[in-house]
Amino acid sequence: MAILFLIATLLICVSLYFNKNTFVHYSLVVLYAVGLIFFGVYEYYHINEIEFQFFKPDALAVLMLLALVIVSLPAFYHAYRYMVTHDETQRSRGLFFATLIALIAAICMAYISNNLAVMWIFLELTTLSASALIYHHRNIRALEGVWKYVFICAISITFIYTGILFLSLAMKKAEIDTFTFDALMAHASELDPFWLKLAFLFIFTGFTAKMGLVPMYTAGIDAKDKAPAPAGALLSSILMNMGFVGIYRVYAIVSKTEIQPWASTILIISAILSIFVATVYMTRIKNIKRMFAYSSIEHMGIVILGLAVGGIGIYAAILHIFLHTFVKPSLFFQFNQVYRVYQSKSIYDMGHYFKYNKAGAVVLLLGFISATAMPPSGLFISEFLVFQSLFEAHRFIILAVVLILLTMIIWGFGSNIFKLLFTPSTGIDEKQVPRISSWDSVSQYALLALAVYFAYNPPSGVVELIQEAVKLIQ
Amino acid sequence: MSDILLIIFAISLLFMSIANRIFTYLNILIFQGFILFGVMLLTLTEINTVNLALILLETIVFKAIAVPLFLKNIVKRNKITREAEPFLPNFVSLIIVTLIIVVTIMLSSQIKDPNLDKTIFVVSLSNLFTGLYLIVSRKKIITHVIAYLVIENGVFILSLAVGNEMPMLVNLGIMLDIFASVLILGIFFNKIGDVLQDPDVTQLKNLKD
Repeated sequence: MAILFLIATLLICVSLYFNKNTFVHYSLVVLYAVGLIFFGVYEYYHINEIEFQFFKPDALAVLMLLALVIVSLPAFYHAYRYMVTHDETQRSRGLFFATLIALIAAICMAYISNNLAVMWIFLELTTLSASALIYHHRNIRALEGVWKYVFICAISITFIYTGILFLSLAMKKAEIDTFTFDALMAHASELDPFWLKLAFLFIFTGFTAKMGLVPMYTAGIDAKDKAPAPAGALLSSILMNMGFVGIYRVYAIVSKTEIQPWASTILIISAILSIFVATVYMTRIKNIKRMFAYSSIEHMGIVILGLAVGGIGIYAAILHIFLHTFVKPSLFFQFNQVYRVYQSKSIYDMGHYFKYNKAGAVVLLLGFISATAMPPSGLFISEFLVFQSLFEAHRFIILAVVLILLTMIIWGFGSNIFKLLFTPSTGIDEKQVPRISSWDSVSQYALLALAVYFAYNPPSGVVELIQEAVKLIQ
Repeated sequence: MSDILLIIFAISLLFMSIANRIFTYLNILIFQGFILFGVMLLTLTEINTVNLALILLETIVFKAIAVPLFLKNIVKRNKITREAEPFLPNFVSLIIVTLIIVVTIMLSSQIKDPNLDKTIFVVSLSNLFTGLYLIVSRKKIITHVIAYLVIENGVFILSLAVGNEMPMLVNLGIMLDIFASVLILGIFFNKIGDVLQDPDVTQLKNLKD
């Protein structure tokens, strides 16, 4: 099935690129969306079945795939709206949809691949397709964004490759010759600890570029800023999940060995620095889209903190990143409407958003409550569980530091959002403001509601998947 | 014999740290490509012939000829100034690169793994860190690309350490190479030349907070 999906994706991409007909474009995208849903459902019912030797959808992969399918559908709709409102040429529209589809397919494959080397190849493909999305506007700012993204991602990919080489040195002692995660987990205790340490360090550093953590978070910020908002939504949700899946799987191997405390310290340092960096920028940032991107960095920091501390924290980490996948795209989707009203990303040009788009303003307000993890937001539950795990592990200093930083983030986030919503705007010509349809906000409400639903009343299937995924580490 | 080649490879790093002109960097890159070819030929004795031929072809075509010549062409076409424009004086660069090599030698002396060829380890790691140092200490985008290629050469050497047991890893390294060449150079650097007259990293610093 995985191979069939790949071939279908390739065919659709090629025909999108070479065809210029509007009707054909949209019907191909709809066809792909249907195929994606079918693929997700198929993998859910064929969990833990090895396909074509390299792919094995385990619980974590299926969970992330579920989130991916749910987020991709509104992303296609908003991409369609984006194309309609921006008067794109047929060629650039075809390229945009082709790369969007390629990105989604590469991420799907990276989730379900059971082999580190195969996962690495799909990681390269995501860089390739994401860079085409970032360069969509073909101007110098977009060029700068894509240059930074490509360069840092190229270095991160080299780092992961180096890590794989070190891992192969560690494997010499255990006498295994494949990179499947199953084999590595089974023989984890026989791996050479010194090489495993080096391997973990390099692979983790490489994946931080995708997940958005210190030290390589910078690439993602410019990318999400410059990519069109529907693509930015995917970059800040499902692509970050891919980085998480990679780190999770490698950490699962390490957690079965004696170097687990050392690795956990590395994760904690990276997590706290990420939250700190997010705080520093979010308290002074004036570009709304970049603020959303930094907010993702903060959430990834919390996720990794939960993962590193262990106990209930691992469950909380997976739940947190799952819920974050619904919350952050809804803000990015809404940003598109904000931009159409003000024609600017700077907070200084914005204000009185309630007056121009009531439905959208409520989305931003609810999105703010969700993204800062205030109850009744779904992220509140998972963040609370992360703090509980810190408490149980007697990490009081870390807990205090993180809580103070989060408070500052709420202040920074809130001051910008409330300025956008309530204070009068300056220098906006009200006759120029287009009427924004309320229908454009429906998908955002649905995503935010899903995040609440999955947190407070999770279906038993989702809970089982998370618990199954937690077992990889415990 | 391969040890001698690897040591020459490390010395080329010292030479790169004091090079002034971009063409010198590119010539060193070509030189490194040919040394890699030699090292491959001497080290990978146990893998099958077709695979070896593929690897050798890749090293000679991509690393030693196509990519450096392509970069030379870009330098000429875009009329990039010949100076590398380092942020630090050459003397300091020389000291730092020497220190990198010394530290990796000290690190390798800590390892007690009989399976590992330490020369490979030292040369590849010092290549990696020298490349990172060159990226942060040079001003032009094109020197950043060259430094990235230096990193890649280093990683490629490391893949030799396990090349005989797992030739698949060397092939992955080739994939990385082609990926970087196509993405960074083929599609992308052409565009930079079209949009910017002088590809200088100082022009690409508008995206910030």
